[in-house]
Amino acid sequence: MPALTPELEAELRETARNLRIEVINMLAPAGSGHPGGSLGMADIFTCLYFGGFVRHDPKNPGWLERDRVVLSNGHICPILYAALGERGYFPKEWFKTLRQVGSHLQGHPAMHKTPGVELSTGSLGHGICGALGMALAERMSGRDTHVWALCGDGELQEGLPWEAFMAASHHKADNLTIIVDRNDAQIDGTTESVMSLEPFPDKLRAFGFETIVIDGHDYGQIFDAMNKAQQTKGKPTAIVANTIMGKGVKFMEADGYKWHGKTPSKEQAAQALKDLGASPGSIPEGPWAAATSAKKKWNVPSRPSRSA
Amino acid sequence: MRATRDAFGKALLELGKENPDVVALTADLGGSVKTDDFAKAYPKRFFQMGIAEANMVDVAAGMSTAGKIPFATTFAMFGTGRAWESVRNTIGYSGLNVKIACTHSGLSVGEDGASHQSLEDIALMRVIPGMTVVVPADYAAAFDLTKRVAAHKGPVYLRLGRPKVRDTYKDGEKFEIGKAKILREGKDVAILAVGPQVAFAMEAVELLAKEGISATVADYFTVKPLDEVTLKRLAETHRAIVTAEEHNVIGGLGGAVAEALARIKPTPMRFVGTQDTFGESGDPELLWKKYGVDAAGIVSAAKSALR
Ligand SMILES: Cc1ncc(C[n+]2csc(CCOP(=O)(O)OP(=O)(O)O)c2C)c(N)n1
Ligand SMILES: [Mg+2]
Repeated sequence: MPALTPELEAELRETARNLRIEVINMLAPAGSGHPGGSLGMADIFTCLYFGGFVRHDPKNPGWLERDRVVLSNGHICPILYAALGERGYFPKEWFKTLRQVGSHLQGHPAMHKTPGVELSTGSLGHGICGALGMALAERMSGRDTHVWALCGDGELQEGLPWEAFMAASHHKADNLTIIVDRNDAQIDGTTESVMSLEPFPDKLRAFGFETIVIDGHDYGQIFDAMNKAQQTKGKPTAIVANTIMGKGVKFMEADGYKWHGKTPSKEQAAQALKDLGASPGSIPEGPWAAATSAKKKWNVPSRPSRSA
Repeated sequence: MRATRDAFGKALLELGKENPDVVALTADLGGSVKTDDFAKAYPKRFFQMGIAEANMVDVAAGMSTAGKIPFATTFAMFGTGRAWESVRNTIGYSGLNVKIACTHSGLSVGEDGASHQSLEDIALMRVIPGMTVVVPADYAAAFDLTKRVAAHKGPVYLRLGRPKVRDTYKDGEKFEIGKAKILREGKDVAILAVGPQVAFAMEAVELLAKEGISATVADYFTVKPLDEVTLKRLAETHRAIVTAEEHNVIGGLGGAVAEALARIKPTPMRFVGTQDTFGESGDPELLWKKYGVDAAGIVSAAKSALR
């Protein structure tokens, strides 16, 4: 049972800061992608992969005894890639190829292209259902693995996840934990203005989940909730993590949902890195250069910057 | 260069004024599918349905039974994929007057990658009995065809794109659903294209001419019902037919043309499209090139068809 000491917390916060820097360094040059949720979930990812909650072996991604992490809100994959790369699943060199033709790092997770990705996602809703399948299969095989399924709050407007919730509790899948990125943000606005979810934790409880509401940036609360999730018997657990979209970058935090799927300009990226305590001007030039040379290679004119 | 989704947004706004029965629904993608102006102008006739596409499509079906003309909008992947069975059973089966208007179709979604690149949507919609399938080539076509689609009685799938694409038509050009447009008359090979591939076909004509090959270009913006009258004439007056689309070669325009030609007049054919593969992340222009659905791809298909 992982315990949070002050030393570990300091170490984890430093790791999270680095993952956030990697997210900015990946996304800004790529020119498209989803920084808001990636930054908002950085603390959760840090605790999962660096806090001892995921049993895994980066050198052996197919290890049968491994725990599973499924990113149902696949669009925030930059934070998953940062964690996997930092953990050694693949060379960090790959970061600068994000979203480019021929890359191992697709705009949405592809399990057949990226080691450590457990399920291909991107179309919202499917991941939770797939994670339930993993949990049931693992239990069938008599393994004590745990399946962590991460999802967006807007994503839970889909019907699919609720079908999975019903089935998870019916089948008493206590080796399954759902972690909801409850940032009250999606593309067209706040979740409550687009299609309200509240009273949200009550709905999860009504579907039979052990439901824990936490501050998704408070390491003590994250540890307590994840420990409880691993010990809960007879029913699945839902951790509702209240998070701030763009956490760690002030101008993103201030604009909330607007940073769902928009990447920072070069100047904004520099500001973001400053907020995160990285040395200014440390954005790698490489990717920008690589993108341009790819266009040269294929002899394609540059396009105006991408709109969502 | 302008995007077909922008033309859709503009036409939808005008339709709001012209016809009080026109209603728009979206699934958390209002900004991307360009329903925002309509929503602002006609808030009572706009419905934000959240990220729940199958429900949105069934709700649109219900509205149509009460006399409305609903445009259900989202990305092509979700409107034709997630919601397919709603389209088939609630709308298609009874011929309801619902418009499935989807943007972000094909490879040109670009960097979001394969999960968002619908290369099957024409096939999925075309296979539903009674469905009309419309694929505008550019801004002017998308603008006029959105109006035609609204006026058309019955279910329609309108396939639109994300990026700016080359203009083929002048603004004000008129279209008739079910009637292909011949853009260039040639003698050797006829190129039938939809979407951004129409502009590439026009480029290909110039390249082919340099090699002494005379090509016809037809914009087959109505994939269903297919203009068989024009097709028969083209097959009778050319040695080969090439189809071009940013869609799987299975089941799209190429499939539709091949099915018809097998019956009307078997003709040598080549298929420009994705060759039964998924897409990937990347710049749209690079992807068109890599997957061979640009002018160069059409040129080599045309030459191969004539060989
Ligand atoms: C089935 C499906 N519909 C629509 C989309 C387009 N889309 C991508 S992310 C997103 C919003 C997701 O909101 P949320 O889950 O809250 O993620 P956040 O914005 O907080 O990162 C939408 C509508 C999609 N990927 N899949
Ligand atoms: Mg959200």
